[in-house]
Amino acid sequence: MKCDHCNRPATVHLTEIRGGKKIEKHLCEQCAAQMEGLPVAKAHTPINELLTNFMMAHAGLQKEATVSCEHCGITMQEFRQNGLLGCPHDYDVFEEDLTRLLQKAHDGATHHTGKTPVRGGPGGTAPRRKVVDVARLRKELARAVELEDYEKAARLRDQIREAEQGGTASS
Amino acid sequence: MKLSDLTNHAGEWLRGSGPMSEIVISSRIRLARNIAGFPFMSRATAAQRQALEGRIRDVIFSVQLPPTLYVDLAAAPALDLELLVERHLISKPHAQAQGHRGVAITADETASIMVNEEDHLRMQVYRSGLQLEEAWEQINRIDDLLQSQLDYAFHPRFGYLTACPTNVGTGIRVSVMLHLPALKITGEIEKVFRAAKDLKLAVRGLYGEGTEALGDFYQISNQTTLGRSEEEIISDFRLEIIPKIVDYERHARRMLLNDRTVALDDKVCRALGLLRNARLLTSEETLYLLSHLRMGINLERVKDVKLSTVNELLQLTQPAHLQKLFGRKLEGDVRRAVRADFVRQRLNSN
Repeated sequence: MKCDHCNRPATVHLTEIRGGKKIEKHLCEQCAAQMEGLPVAKAHTPINELLTNFMMAHAGLQKEATVSCEHCGITMQEFRQNGLLGCPHDYDVFEEDLTRLLQKAHDGATHHTGKTPVRGGPGGTAPRRKVVDVARLRKELARAVELEDYEKAARLRDQIREAEQGGTASS
Repeated sequence: MKLSDLTNHAGEWLRGSGPMSEIVISSRIRLARNIAGFPFMSRATAAQRQALEGRIRDVIFSVQLPPTLYVDLAAAPALDLELLVERHLISKPHAQAQGHRGVAITADETASIMVNEEDHLRMQVYRSGLQLEEAWEQINRIDDLLQSQLDYAFHPRFGYLTACPTNVGTGIRVSVMLHLPALKITGEIEKVFRAAKDLKLAVRGLYGEGTEALGDFYQISNQTTLGRSEEEIISDFRLEIIPKIVDYERHARRMLLNDRTVALDDKVCRALGLLRNARLLTSEETLYLLSHLRMGINLERVKDVKLSTVNELLQLTQPAHLQKLFGRKLEGDVRRAVRADFVRQRLNSN
């Protein structure tokens, strides 16, 4: 079947009901885009891009594709294509979007609580203070109580108290 | 130390010793690190890659690591790259990548430091059996030594920064390789997969990411790297996850031994019969047969073959190892015939 308006093959078939009357339209993609304002499908969207977009949309990522890192030039869209960031600064530039992604990937966690380097960053030599993820500790505490593991619960309670008093906590 | 010294024996982690070694083949811990002031690999120019490699290599040789061999992978022949993959000293993507990159390997092969992999640094330690604490102690020490000379990209909130956000935080990957033939035979292996998925663990094949399980060998590893400390992640594996799977496999083996003795013996003896008599063997079939033979030795159904012989064959019958051993390129039926000869000779001289 050919397009109602040009000679290209019709790939978009529309049925409209206007005033109780059925109107059928057979259009090619270009005419459909022009006349009906329908989006033109990209011819070859790689499957991994589709999947990443889906995953990102699911994670609620909305950062404009135009924002790019001034150090490495990467945009959120480019990151979506292969899942790799361009430089360490990206974690600050896209912090908001990445936080949502990290929560998905790391079981809700958004803060590092492990080892810290003695020399941190260029020129920095002071040891970093350990950051304690209080929100996670509280979750673990609730689970320990549920499982009646009171020994573990007591340990967690002390950790939370210590973190909150020590001022290094972040929830 | 030369690369060719590696070919005539299996890697240290295949020694078949250490706790639970009848089921736990090896323990591995890997750390991902990047150097501050440089872009990640995907955005690094050739000049930056070269500078990174030079700087890291200098540091590796300036700190007090045990005797170490450095292999320039950009200049290495394809067969050497394949050999390093078979010995788990580099990853498949690292072998296949382009440009300045390398690997430092300690003489005992327990540790390797990949330079310019997906991250600037990917260091790993392998141990035979379930020895995660020992592996952590060793890799942590190597990491401390390197960080005394290198400025790592570190974020107060996100921890060690990595090219892929799925590794950020601790940058740690704990992988334990398990041999689970009985659970496969009884059909209960699917339950292990499901439980692993619920615990956010990945189950992979012999050669890590993207490889399928061959010969009932499975790698179980963590996927969550942020929000928990290295010690917490490791102790989960050491005290909870691995002992449970090991118990489950032991139970399945006992069940086979008590209730399905003839069927068990049939599988084990067929495997040994084929390995001792076949004239052509593919690497896949060899792994499959060695897996059953290994279980037979563990259950004392086979008494005239040593476990160390089987462990060694697991590695030496791989394509690159065979070709290195025989000093020439082997393909198709010639390679399969050489493999069968080699296996026959090793098993009959036992």
